[in-house]
Amino acid sequence: MPTLTIDGKPVTVPEGTTVIQAAEKLGIFVPRYCYHPGLSVAGNCRICLVEVAKSPKLQIACNTPAAEGMVVLTRGAKVEEGRQAVLEFLLINHPLDCPVCDQSGECDLQNFYMTYGLYDPRFKEQKVKKAKAVAIGPKVMLDAERCILCSRCVRFTDEVTKTGEFGIFNRGDRSQIGLYPGKTLDNPYSGNVVDICPVGALTDRDFRFKARVWYLSTAPSVCGGCSRGCNVDLHYVLDRPHLAQGARVMRLKPRFNPDVNRWWMCDEGRYGYKFMDQKRLTRVTHRGSESTWEEALTALAGWLARAREEGRLDQVGVIPSARLTTEELFLIRKLFQEALGLKNCLLDLPPKDGTSDGFLIQADKNPNTMGAALLDLSPSPQPSPIKGEGGGAGDGLSILQKALDGQLKALWIFGHDLVGLLGEEKTAQLAKQLELLVYQGSNENPTARHAHWVLPGAVYVEKDGTFVNCQGRVQRVGKAFKPLPGARPEAEFLVELAKRLEIQVQGRTPEELFAWLAREVPAFAGLTYEKLGWQGMAVNLSSSSRKRGSPIESGMTNP
Amino acid sequence: MLRKRELNFWERIYLPEIIRGVAITSRHFFVNLFFHSAHRLGLFKGKLAAVTFQYPEQTRPLASRSRTRHRLTVREEGTPRCVGCMLCETVCPAKCITIVAGEHPDPNVEKYPVRFDIDLGVCVYCGYCVEVCPEDAIRMDTEILDIAAYSRDAMKLDLHELMDPKLRKPVAECKLKFPHQCKIHGNQTRGSWKAVYGEQTCAAGSLEPQD
Ligand code: SF4
Ligand code: SF4
Ligand code: SF4
Ligand code: SF4
Ligand code: FES
Repeated sequence: MPTLTIDGKPVTVPEGTTVIQAAEKLGIFVPRYCYHPGLSVAGNCRICLVEVAKSPKLQIACNTPAAEGMVVLTRGAKVEEGRQAVLEFLLINHPLDCPVCDQSGECDLQNFYMTYGLYDPRFKEQKVKKAKAVAIGPKVMLDAERCILCSRCVRFTDEVTKTGEFGIFNRGDRSQIGLYPGKTLDNPYSGNVVDICPVGALTDRDFRFKARVWYLSTAPSVCGGCSRGCNVDLHYVLDRPHLAQGARVMRLKPRFNPDVNRWWMCDEGRYGYKFMDQKRLTRVTHRGSESTWEEALTALAGWLARAREEGRLDQVGVIPSARLTTEELFLIRKLFQEALGLKNCLLDLPPKDGTSDGFLIQADKNPNTMGAALLDLSPSPQPSPIKGEGGGAGDGLSILQKALDGQLKALWIFGHDLVGLLGEEKTAQLAKQLELLVYQGSNENPTARHAHWVLPGAVYVEKDGTFVNCQGRVQRVGKAFKPLPGARPEAEFLVELAKRLEIQVQGRTPEELFAWLAREVPAFAGLTYEKLGWQGMAVNLSSSSRKRGSPIESGMTNP
Repeated sequence: MLRKRELNFWERIYLPEIIRGVAITSRHFFVNLFFHSAHRLGLFKGKLAAVTFQYPEQTRPLASRSRTRHRLTVREEGTPRCVGCMLCETVCPAKCITIVAGEHPDPNVEKYPVRFDIDLGVCVYCGYCVEVCPEDAIRMDTEILDIAAYSRDAMKLDLHELMDPKLRKPVAECKLKFPHQCKIHGNQTRGSWKAVYGEQTCAAGSLEPQD
C-alpha cells in the first residue's frame, strides 16, 4: 500500500494503482484521451503528463504506477507546457471543423485546448486529408481526420465486445483509424464507441445533426429495453420543438454503475427510446369516440362497484405489465388482488422473447419482471415463453383463455398487445363478448383499437418509480419531464379509482407508494428513494425464494 | 426632476413670444420657398432646401455598418453557405432563429440547413448572428428596412427569402433545388441533391440514417 503525495495531498492506494487513479481518488482530474477506466492502458496520447519529483522528464499519469514516497504535481508551468506541446501535435492534422462536428460542446480536444492550448498556431503546412463522413456501421459514422488515434475504440472492440473490427493502419501522420477489410461495425454494443471516442471522429448516426449538445438537458434514468436495467442519462430538449420533429428525447447515454452496466449499454436499448415520443396515446376514448378522464373514472368505478355488489368480481380479469413500475404493480396488487379480491389478476403473459448474450443483453425484454415476481403478480421470475418448449399456451395465458371461454365479463389490460398474441379475429371476438375491455397504456397498439375504453398512460420517464432488474436490484427510473398533454400516469388514475371505490390507499406519489410497499413487502423492507440514490440497491432476496440473475461480466463472452 | 422655470415679464404678457414664434416659422417658409424655386431654375443646386427625405422615393444614405434585413450567402451551385452549425440560433438573444440541419452529400461540407427561419417580428437587430457565424453565411447588409406586414406570420423569413433578398412576401414560386422544408409547399420536404450536382456525384442516398 504505497503512500504518495499529489499536489501536496497525501493518499494511500493499493499496490498496482496508477497515478491517474490515485489522483482520481483525491478528486484531482488529470486530462486524458487514451485512458479509460474500463479499458486497458495504452499510454499513447501523452496528454496526462504530470511532473514527478526526481524524474528528469514529465511522466504519463495513466501508466506510471504509484510508488511509496512519490511526489506528483498535476499542475504547474512545466506540466502545462508539456500538455500544450501535446495538443499542438494533436491538432497538426486536425480539420478543426467544430461548427459541423457533432462532438463540439462535449469534445475533450476543445475542452483541454481551452486550458492548455497554444492559441497562436505555428503550423502553416498542408494538412493530411483523410476520409470524412464514412458510415462504418448502421449506427456509427467515422471522420478519420478528426481522430487523434487514442485507440480507445480499438481496445473496446478488442476487449469488451471481442469483435475486433477496428484497427490503426499506415504510419506516421498517415496513420488512420479504420475497420479491417470486409468488416462492418455492427456488433450489438457498437454505440459505445461513440461515447468513448474523446473527439468527434466517431459520431452517432441516429443523433447526428438532430440538435447541438448544449441544447440538451439531462436526467438520470434506467433503460427499459430489457431486464438488465442499464443505468442511463436521458438527454432531452423541451424548448425547441422544431428539432427532430418535435421529439423530446434526443438520445440515451450510459451512466456508470459498477454493478449493472459499468460504462456500457447495448444498441437495442440505446436506440429504443423512440416510443417515448412516437405513436403515443393522448386521448381517452370510449368505443372510438373521444371521452374524458372524469367520464372514464365514473364508468369504470361504477362498473366495478356494481360487480362488487352483485358478487361478480371473479368475472373480472386484470393483466398488469412488467413494463410498469414496481409502485404501480404494487398498487394494482393492493387494489385489484387484495381490496377487491380478484382471483384473475396476474401477469401471466409471455415476455417478449429475445436472446441473452451473457454480457448485458437479457432475453426478457421487460424491465420489471423481477419486480412483478417479488410482488407475487407473476407465476415465476421468467414466465415460460408462449411458444417455448415445456409450458404450452394454456398455462401461459390462463386469464386470456378464461376470457375467451366466456368465463370473464371484464378485462383490464396494461399495455399488452392482444392482437399480437391472439390475432385480430380472436381479439375482435373477445371485445364483442366482454362487457368491458379496458386498455391502459402509453403507446398505440392494435389492441387499443378494439378496447372499449382507452386510457392513455405515461412512459416511465414521465412518472418516476422503480424497476427491479434481473439481478434483483431496485433502481429508480426518475421523472425527466411531464407526461404529454392528455396522458396520465397509471398510478394517478388507479389512486382516484380506489377513492371512488372507497378503498384506502396509503399514498399517491410514487415516493409515498414506495414507502408503503417497503412497509408491506419484506423484500423491499427498509428501502427508501433516498437510500436507493441513482445507483440502486439490491432487494432482500433471501426473504423470498427468487433466484438472483448473473452479475456483470467484464465483456462479452461469446461474441 | 426638471423644475419649471418661472416665466419672466415679457413671456408672461404672451404677445411678444407669439410674434417671435411666427417669425421663426415664416423665416423657414420663405427660405425653403426661395431655395425650392431656385432649384427649379437650376440655381443653388449644392444647397439643401429642406432636411426632409422624400421617403420612399428618396432613401437616406445608410452607414456602411448599419444592420438591415438578413440574408444568407449562397454558394455557386445555389446552396446556402450556411453549415447549420446552429451557433446563430444559440446566440440569438430573441430566440427568433429556427434551424433544422441535414446531411450534405459532400463530406467536406457535411451539414447544411434543411430549414432556416428568422422571425423578424421578434428579432432585435443586434447582429450577434452575423458576428458569431463561422462561415460568413449570414449577413445583415441588404439595406432593406421596410419589413412591415399585416400578420405575424408574414414577418417570418424562410430559406427562400433569406437566400434571395429580392423576394418579397408572398413568395409564389420555389426555386431552391436542394432538399429543404419548403414553406411555400406546406412545409413539405422538396428538392434533391441530384438536381444540384447531377447524377453521379450524389452519395446522399447512403447517408440516410438507419432506424
Ligand atoms: S473533434 Fe472536437 S476539436 Fe475536432 S472538430 Fe470536432 S469538436 Fe472540433
Ligand atoms: S476514432 Fe476516436 S476512439 Fe477511436 S482512436 Fe480515433 S479518437 Fe480514439
Ligand atoms: S439580429 Fe440578433 S435578434 Fe436578430 S436574428 Fe440575429 S441574433 Fe437574433
Ligand atoms: S452561424 Fe452561420 S453557419 Fe452557423 S447556422 Fe448560423 S448562419 Fe449557418
Ligand atoms: S491518457 Fe495517459 S497517455 Fe493517454
